[in-house]
Parts: sequence; C-alpha cells; structure tokens
Amino acid sequence: MNVHEQFAEDLALYALNALTEEDRAHLEQHLATCPSCRLELEQLRADSALLALSTVGPKPPQRSRQRLLDAIAKEPRMPVAVPARPRRSLWGVLGWAAALAVVVLAASLWKENNALQRDVSSFHASLDRQTVELERARNVADSITNPEGQHFTLVALKAPPQPQGKAIYVPKRGTLIFIANNLPELPSQRTYELWLIPEQGAPIPAGLFKPDAHGSATVINPPLPPDTKAKAFAMTVENEAGAATPTMPIVMMSAGE
Amino acid sequence: MAVVTAMRSGDQSAMAELYDRYSGIVYAVALRILADTSAAEDVLQEIFLQLWRNPGAFDAARGSLGAWLAVIARNRAIDSLRRRRPETDIEDVVLSVAPDLASETDRSRAAEKVRGVLGAMPPPQRTVLEMAYFEGMSHSEIATKTGEPLGTIKTRIRAGLIALRKAFRTQPST
Repeated sequence: MNVHEQFAEDLALYALNALTEEDRAHLEQHLATCPSCRLELEQLRADSALLALSTVGPKPPQRSRQRLLDAIAKEPRMPVAVPARPRRSLWGVLGWAAALAVVVLAASLWKENNALQRDVSSFHASLDRQTVELERARNVADSITNPEGQHFTLVALKAPPQPQGKAIYVPKRGTLIFIANNLPELPSQRTYELWLIPEQGAPIPAGLFKPDAHGSATVINPPLPPDTKAKAFAMTVENEAGAATPTMPIVMMSAGE
Repeated sequence: MAVVTAMRSGDQSAMAELYDRYSGIVYAVALRILADTSAAEDVLQEIFLQLWRNPGAFDAARGSLGAWLAVIARNRAIDSLRRRRPETDIEDVVLSVAPDLASETDRSRAAEKVRGVLGAMPPPQRTVLEMAYFEGMSHSEIATKTGEPLGTIKTRIRAGLIALRKAFRTQPST
C-alpha cells in the first residue's frame, strides 16, 4: 500500500483521536483525496480495536441487559429488512464532493473551451472576411495607382479635354480616394495640394500630388482628422513642401454633392 | 452474519443476542477508561442503542461487529472521560481488518494474543500506547507527561499498532 510516509504516524494518532486539532485538519484534507491513506486509517482503527481486547474485568450487570431490552422495546422497528446501505463515511462524502467538484470544474472548463473555440471560429471567420475585403481593396487601389493602368476619360465629342478630379470621401472612416485626370503640367518645384473644405472651420490639407505624363494623379487615404464632414474639396498649386493654408488661386473645386 | 441481518430487520431477540455476544468487550473497555461502573453502563447502553437505531452505520462487509463496537465504545468513553461532546460519528468509524470476535472462543484467543503482544513490547512503548488509547491523551500531552520528544511518541504509537496488526496477520486467531 502506498501510504504517504509523511502522514504515516499522524494516521496512527488520528485513529486514536490523539492528534492535535491543527494536525487533524491538515490530515483530513489529505485523507479526502488519498484512498491509500484512508485504507491505512481503517486498518489502524482495526489495530486499535485489538487494544480493547486486552482489558479484563467483570461482566456488565444483568440490569444493563434489561435496561437495553426495555429501551429497544420502546423503540420497535418495522420488521422490514434494512438494506446495508452504502457506507457514508466522512471521507466518502468528501471524496464524492471532490469528485463532484472535479466534474463541475471539468464541465466548466469544457464550456469555457467551447466558448473559446466559438470565439476563435468567429475570429477566424471575421479574419477571412477582412482578408477578402482587404484583397478587394488592394485590387481597387492597385488598379487606380498602377502606372501601367490605362485611364480613359470620356468627354463630349469635339470638346477639348478638361482637367477633372473625383474625390470619394467617407467621413466616418476618414478615408479618401482622389483621382484626377488631364491636369496641366506643373512648373518645377511646385505641387498640387488637395484641400478638404469642412462644413465649419478652415480648409484641411488633404495631400500633395503631381500628375504623371498623361496628366493623371491619385491620392489615397491622406491623414485626415476623423469624422470631419466635408462641404467640398479644392485644389491649389503650392510649393513642393506644401502649405498649411491654401494659396490662392484655387485651381479646381468640387461642385458639391 | 444472520443475527446482524435479523437485528437490522427489527428483531429484538437478535439484538439481545448481539448484546450477549459483545457487551463484555464494550463494558470492559468503557470501565477500563472511565473506572466507574455507572458511567461504563451508560456507555454500554448508549452504544447498543445507537446500533439499534442506526444499524446501517455498521458495514458488515468491512470488519467485525465486535471490533467496531470496541472502537465506538472506546471513543465514546474517552469523550465522556474528557467531558467533551462525542467527536466521532459512528458512521465514520470504519475498520478494514479485524479479528472475528463472534464467538467466546474467538474473543478469548484474540484477547490472549493482544496481551501477549503488549507484554512483549518495551515498557515505554506500551505505556505510550495505553496512554493514548485508554486515557485519550494527545501525543503532545503524552510528550509533556513523559518528557519524551513528540516524534518519539508518534513513532511509538504507530509502531505499537503495527505490532498488533502483524501478530494477527501471521497467526490467525480462529
């Protein structure tokens, strides 16, 4: 039997109720989870019962027998067999309690695990969706910004090509895509600057850009303050470093939508 | 044991038979501890009434009824001696091995063997064991009284009980 050696002597004392309160509580905690030590305790109790046999003395007086028989006669039990019910020892109860606690803990962990797995699945699904969306956005952006992309601007026949710009702005996200065509060529060390004209306040710089050989240019998501509602977009020509406030004249401005 | 089964089903004569069989052990251990016949009789009455009222507390599959009653009686007598309320629920007293004490012959042989083992023990060990068993002293009380280290007391008590176990394992009493 694998009795834990550190408890071996305390078990003997416990069997005789000779253990101090503190040691007793400590041992009982161990007994609740150790079948080997519980079995040893039962054997030590049986051993201690032998000590009772060492006693010698007179037999109990006859009046004790009669006293007991009178007492049980007053407490008759129905002649129904009492099944030998399972022993309900303290250790049994604690053992079952420990088993129940393990089951509850396991159920709780299983539930938590399921919840985590659901969360992970949800994250994966969300990630998949975002990946698809990102890929689509990349394709859109790549088509717009790709230097090999062919840009066609349709205008009325016989009318000379006019400079034009298209700004797609989502205030809540603060995203902006600006596409311009047929822009006049800039002098050296000059640049176009896009401006967001808010409903209230001063114009906000919305990116610097130079047109390519075909007069085309794009601005993708320049840094903008969040949730700023736009009244219009405008373009100016600035020094290459750009400006904090627009330098007149405004070369292009949205009609407002 | 048929008589135990009969007692469980409410047979008063079966209860009387069990009393005749085991009252000697119960009374002797109670009297040894309490040194008072009236108090020992009270313990005797209480123990058998508990058996009558709660026969399921004794698990016949594990240990003999005589040994179980001896343990219950000893614990109850110690509680009475130390004027404390009963500390041990009889349902919590479980014995896994014990000699069969059903017959007078069994009890006599077992008692003789126990006395032989105790007589062969070194006197300090026997004294410590008896102080714990019959006087209900804790190991720290014994250490204080004898002047021995706590560890020595613990070792002697366990060794004493194991010596009794070995004697009954190597030489069956029946």
